Amino acid sequence: MSSRRSRTRQSGCSRPISDDQINDLVSKLQQLLPEIRDRRSDQVSAANVLQETCNYIRSLHKEADDLSERLSELLASSDTAQAAIIRSLLMQQ
Amino acid sequence: MISKGATWNSNSCRIKFARRFVSALLHMRNRNTRPGSLTIEGVRTHTQRIKIAAYLSMAQAVGSRRAWSRAVLSKHGSRARRHSRMGRSSVGLKKTRVIRSYPPGELGQAKKLRQLVPGGKTMDMCSLLEETAHYIKCLATQVKVMQTLADNFSK
Repeated sequence: MSSRRSRTRQSGCSRPISDDQINDLVSKLQQLLPEIRDRRSDQVSAANVLQETCNYIRSLHKEADDLSERLSELLASSDTAQAAIIRSLLMQQ
Repeated sequence: MISKGATWNSNSCRIKFARRFVSALLHMRNRNTRPGSLTIEGVRTHTQRIKIAAYLSMAQAVGSRRAWSRAVLSKHGSRARRHSRMGRSSVGLKKTRVIRSYPPGELGQAKKLRQLVPGGKTMDMCSLLEETAHYIKCLATQVKVMQTLADNFSK
């Protein structure tokens, strides 16, 4: 499914992508990152935002892994798990 | 349907994901009542299944609206495919680690990002950034829900 595109081809097939558009999206992304969001300076470059994004995604994956492990242990050991599941489901609403 | 704002989007996303994930967990629990599942290997497989169920539930809750959720669904959709696709995964199951030097600047970081976001390899820069933003929101929601569940179990 992943096709190898040569570097010479510009990213963006049907419409030309302006720098402003990219900067716009990058700043939107910046707002989502917990680290950069607090120090709102114009010195944060696009490359920096992308780097922070990669780190953030990796840390989220790691957290999901740890939580899966914890959940699997808890599920296997607890008998009152079913009641807890129903309870937490009701609390989500 | 266009999402009206962050609140609406994340709330319904969260509820849908929570419902699917919890029913997947219940289903797994009803199947795994044998004592044999308490071996080390059994626990590891169980953990993997829970992790896959979490990502799958989130992708299902999002539906086909987003490219990344479509990529996740097509990867994990059919059970037969799950065991045969090794190596080229992008949903956090990092098996191969290739040390590569990326060109500095935006293009270099974008390559790393493409590997992390499902379906990112075939997107143009603009879509990649949009999908990344949505993906991060959903991942954060997913982690919060899992955290809540884990806290409730340990009470």
